[in-house]
Amino acid sequence: MKYDSQKVALYYFAGALVLFVAQILFGLVIGTIVVLPNTLSELLPFNIARMIHTNALIVWLLMGFFGASYYLIPEEAETELYSTRLAIVQFWLFLIGAAAAVVGYLFHIHEGREFLEQPLWIKLAIVVVALMFLFNITMTVLKGRKTAITNILLLGLWGIAVFFLFSLYNPANLIMDKIFWWWVVHLWVEGVWELVMASILAFLMIKLTGVDREVVEKWLYVIIGLALFSGILGTGHHYYWIGTPGYWQWIGSVFSTLEVAPFFAMVVFTFMMVWKGGRAHPNKAALLWSLGCSVFAFFGAGVWGFLHTLAPVNYITHGTQITAAHGHLAFYGAYVMINIAIMTYAMPNILKREPYNQLLNMWGFWITSSGVTFMTFALTFAGVVQSHLQRVLGMGFMEVQEQLSLFYWMRLGAGLATFIGVVLIVWSLVVPGKAKQVGRVAAQPAE
Amino acid sequence: MSEILTKAAARNIFYGGTAFFFIVFVGLVAHSVSTVNDMEKSNPVTPSVAAGKLVWEKHACIDCHTIMGEGAYFAPELGNVWVRYNGREDAAAARDGLKNWIKSQPSGVEGRRQMPHFEISEQELDDLVDFFKWTSEVNTQNWPPKVSG
Ligand code: HEM
Ligand code: HEM
Ligand SMILES: [Fe+2]
Repeated sequence: MKYDSQKVALYYFAGALVLFVAQILFGLVIGTIVVLPNTLSELLPFNIARMIHTNALIVWLLMGFFGASYYLIPEEAETELYSTRLAIVQFWLFLIGAAAAVVGYLFHIHEGREFLEQPLWIKLAIVVVALMFLFNITMTVLKGRKTAITNILLLGLWGIAVFFLFSLYNPANLIMDKIFWWWVVHLWVEGVWELVMASILAFLMIKLTGVDREVVEKWLYVIIGLALFSGILGTGHHYYWIGTPGYWQWIGSVFSTLEVAPFFAMVVFTFMMVWKGGRAHPNKAALLWSLGCSVFAFFGAGVWGFLHTLAPVNYITHGTQITAAHGHLAFYGAYVMINIAIMTYAMPNILKREPYNQLLNMWGFWITSSGVTFMTFALTFAGVVQSHLQRVLGMGFMEVQEQLSLFYWMRLGAGLATFIGVVLIVWSLVVPGKAKQVGRVAAQPAE
Repeated sequence: MSEILTKAAARNIFYGGTAFFFIVFVGLVAHSVSTVNDMEKSNPVTPSVAAGKLVWEKHACIDCHTIMGEGAYFAPELGNVWVRYNGREDAAAARDGLKNWIKSQPSGVEGRRQMPHFEISEQELDDLVDFFKWTSEVNTQNWPPKVSG
């Protein structure tokens, strides 16, 4: 860490970790309601707990992206942040907005579209927060060095804000509503978020492997090119059965299949860089998360996405537990892991801990990843059975669900393991390590 | 890779290609929107359908149910619930059946998933049913494959 203002990232990382724990706790709540349906059914209905689970996820991932940007942009641009104070004000506004939304949900104050349940005033507050953030980082980049990493990161972050504006559009026609709802949801996770992910990954590769910037940045352009060329028209895989024309079955199938390519390229990229770089960076856990991120994203988004993306397959699996299985592994592999990777790299630097609770952090990696993987398998099996019984044989939904309870118990067990892993991760990042760092001044052999 | 492709070339391909695919996408979506507008001529979004959609959102039904396969997977698909209640053959009975079902929740049956009790007026219930009826008439390319949803 070279610039004092990078420290502001710590607010965001801390906030993100708190919300991460909350997300998982609410995941456990809804996982429990599924197997023991009378749990809390009056006090905290499934739908309310679910919106807290998913919204907490999205908000903490964004908070992590903000923190990552505040950490890496000064270093890339080789200049202090435009305004640290603005970044702190922005943090509190965002956190208070998120807390207000959650409290509101508990009192049934919400809108009614999946993932976009925030009341209008919260949505507008999010826009204000985003503008403060974009202004701050854009001004920083403008006064400093311009690299491909900052360019693409900025493009991704501006894209996030621009596509979020479609959340304000809620027409009375359900089909129109759905068409543009996906401009937020799909064009986020299979579009602009991938730019953010790839640029953070590129930054980590430069720092951790020591490979030449020129090489890394060329890879970066190739990866994000693959991502957007496939991902934009790949939106078609959500336009199969919602009242839109039949040609989307072709466009969606072809282009969303190609969406596997950028995720595969990220795997090749990270492993090549490590292999070529040959630098033994002391922060092994950060490297583990970076490699884990590309691999898990490839499986979660790439393989599990492809599994149900061809129109004839999606006709059978659409909106079953297969979707839930994919949603979990994709979000975890791509966006949870990139966030934990940059936190694992940056937090010990900011806190001047060397090398901190590294082993514990790696335990957190393996336990959490195993938990989410097992959960994904359980849901995938549930989804296959569900698709067959409900979509091929035509059995009723509730009747089919009864057949799935074993899988739901396994999911809950896997969820408990996930929770334990998350506690270890948070602990390893927040609590100072023993013995190792005593009396040592942060001597950082390599950035 | 270094020989075949320079960084500047990779960058230019990225920007050019992205612009190209985005324009194609916007064109196709514009065309789809025009077909939706045509469809509204035979299946208009009446004030009660629009009001029904707001009732649907007010209670966040989407966070338990799917509609046209999108939403949560805790409770049955409702895009075709009108058909499942036989609304195409006997509209009056389907309407009453749906309204009574909603009013009688939660069932309180031990070990069965519960739908909450909602404060919904008679008018709102009718709007909601109109919204379901409208939705069931959308051309979804024959999805879902079975009436079970
Ligand atoms: C990191 C990237 C990705 C994330 C975070 C992600 C996440 C999700 C989530 C949460 C949903 C459910 C949306 C809903 O509630 O309706 C979904 C649906 C879907 N995703 Fe992804 N996804 C990613 C990448 C991909 C890729 C690359 C593919 C294709 C190769 C894909 C194919 C699909 C399909 C076909 C659906 C619709 C499922 C259905 O019909 O029910 N996804 N995705
Ligand atoms: C303790 C661990 C977890 C449990 C028990 C759990 C449980 C659940 C449940 C029951 C649902 C609702 C599915 C439905 O609508 O029927 C859900 C949705 C969701 N969860 Fe989790 N979850 C956990 C962890 C996670 C993690 C780590 C992530 C992100 C990486 C995540 C992301 C999501 C997403 C994106 C959805 C919406 C899926 C969709 O619409 O397709 N959850 N979760
Ligand atoms: Fe998608």
